[in-house]
Amino acid sequence: MTDTLYTELLGLAGGFALVAAVLVLWRRSLLAIVRILAFQGLAIAAVAVLLGIHHQDVAELIVAGGIVLLKVGVIPTVLTRVVRDAPEQRDAEPSVNTATAIFVAAVLAVVAFGVTRGLVDLAPTPETELIPIGFAIVLVAFFGLVARRNALTQLVGFLLLENGVTLVALVATARVSLVVELGAALDLLLAVLVLQVLTSRMRSKFGALDVDRLTELSD
Amino acid sequence: MLLVLVLIPVLPALAAAVFGWRPSVAWFAVADAACLLAGGIWLAVDVVDGGTAYFGGRALRADALSAFMVLVISIVALLASWSATGYIRSELADSHATPEAARLFGLLVPAFIASMVLAVLAANLGIMWVAIEGTTIATTFLVGHHRNRASLEASWKYVMVGSVGIVLAFLGTVLLSYATQHVGHGAGSTLDWEAMRGVARHLDPAVIRIAAVLLLLGYGTKVGLAPMHTWLPDAHSQAPAPVSALMSGVLLSVAFYALLRVKVIIDLALGPAFLRHLLVVAALLSLLVAASLLIAQRDYKRLLAYSSIEHMGLIALAAAIGTPLAIAALLLHVLAHALGKTVAFLCSGEILLTEGTTRIAGVHGLIARRPLVGGSFGLALLALLGFPPFGLFASELAIARAGFSANMGWVTAAAFAILLVVVAAVLVHARTMLLGEPVEAAETSTSTPGAGVPFVVGLLALATIGITIWPIERLLNAAARVVAQ
Repeated sequence: MTDTLYTELLGLAGGFALVAAVLVLWRRSLLAIVRILAFQGLAIAAVAVLLGIHHQDVAELIVAGGIVLLKVGVIPTVLTRVVRDAPEQRDAEPSVNTATAIFVAAVLAVVAFGVTRGLVDLAPTPETELIPIGFAIVLVAFFGLVARRNALTQLVGFLLLENGVTLVALVATARVSLVVELGAALDLLLAVLVLQVLTSRMRSKFGALDVDRLTELSD
Repeated sequence: MLLVLVLIPVLPALAAAVFGWRPSVAWFAVADAACLLAGGIWLAVDVVDGGTAYFGGRALRADALSAFMVLVISIVALLASWSATGYIRSELADSHATPEAARLFGLLVPAFIASMVLAVLAANLGIMWVAIEGTTIATTFLVGHHRNRASLEASWKYVMVGSVGIVLAFLGTVLLSYATQHVGHGAGSTLDWEAMRGVARHLDPAVIRIAAVLLLLGYGTKVGLAPMHTWLPDAHSQAPAPVSALMSGVLLSVAFYALLRVKVIIDLALGPAFLRHLLVVAALLSLLVAASLLIAQRDYKRLLAYSSIEHMGLIALAAAIGTPLAIAALLLHVLAHALGKTVAFLCSGEILLTEGTTRIAGVHGLIARRPLVGGSFGLALLALLGFPPFGLFASELAIARAGFSANMGWVTAAAFAILLVVVAAVLVHARTMLLGEPVEAAETSTSTPGAGVPFVVGLLALATIGITIWPIERLLNAAARVVAQ
């Protein structure tokens, strides 16, 4: 693989990951949102594969395999089941309108690129050029998480945010230790399972996945 | 040895998984916590002269700071599991809890404790992060122990806010590692704390500044510093009392321990001023939030939760001051707050069991009716407000002294002015509950026999470290030197 092709493909995968984070802001169908999340996981796995091929590093390819398994396989399957179990609620109302949301996302992306200039300057390589994209995903996902009042979209927002962090970790560090990555993946999986149990309890107690109904506790 | 310390707390979880919750399993957890305490003392003796213990190459590492945290964890674990023996039995008897919930309690509390021990013994900032995230997962179902709408709401907020916060801390940790691998002499990418401290002076300031903000936001969320504190009053008030004691007494401090570890690296790279300004803002904001919500508080468990935010604000202030005296005072405050808050939360559980309400207005004349529980609750509140002879009096005095001698007089004065408001607010609420005419209360349950023993033990320990700190003085100073060289 030539260096130009490598750089282009890296940029393309990173771009897809960012587009996925923005797409989630205007889709209403919960199933579609879960599919976009899986697609973003695939884009991030593609980054790991490209890094592995370029560095001829088998460990990196194993990490890519783990990302596919977790972020494209297990987590979307769990979330799809959550949606299927709630047939009365297949859509989530965004609390800000789509145009505003896209505008905010654009502003956040610009902010992310501005803030992270110093990070890229430390070691400007084709890989680290993706750090700003990772930060943009983090900010856009955080906005989506706050803007939506549905338990499942909040959960997806958290996972998108986590994907952004994974992207930064992949491109910024030449291999964090495998133990740490395994531990982080295990934590993520457990957190998703915990949240899945909570969503099903929420539906049986509140009759919906609407976070606005959580109003018992206040001062 | 270090591995044993991490594994000791796991044993009761296995017992609970096999046998479910039963009194013998609960007492086994108490004995186990005592073993952990013994192990912690053994470790403290080992490293009190500034030494470091390792296990498995560089997987686990303990210096005086780690040993001190193990002691705090094990003391609270001992008191909380002791009190839990009676608490869970009463809940089962009144069918406030299902046997399934009790089994989960027996399984998750030890997992939670083991996770905290791993966090303070990890040599690697990545493993430390994994362990702290693990505490969130272990405690979510504990917060939702009562399976009603309020506790479900609390656990949802807890896990969402906590997870987002902790992911930001991971991003900050990744950036630290990124800066380390570009220091020039091929240090490679590492998250080993000692290796990072070794090259910290050469780390790129632009990267470290962003990492510092992310780490403070991330771990600050778990500490409960304002404005990331929103989950704390809900989670701490809904969790069963022994879990509230563990979460409020030690989990917050374990998260602050993570901040202290990264503070060492950040301060070497940027100088102390950068993080100091951020910590001062977080400290004053936390104190203000706590004081303003304590004034009109109607729920005594939430009152204790806001008191935790107040004390974390004070601890953040001590970290901002950053001198050896301030750090020693900070650690003393961590221990004293752990003891005081544990006793207060355990009493609150006993009060809830017998009075059937968490409303302050629903409890009257407690001292006259239940001298032991009411008296212990009152003394614990006084201790938490900083009255002598308890340990928080000594630590708050030391924080104030450190603040004035480090030219941070105005900030320190402002913080202690807010504390006066807190004292007044809590005293008013305490008077309602403890004194006053005992109403012929509708007793929902009889008190648990022997429930008062952990209260008395905790208060005696708290008074002891307030009167004389010699048993832990050398350890405190050695631990303070780890943070403030």
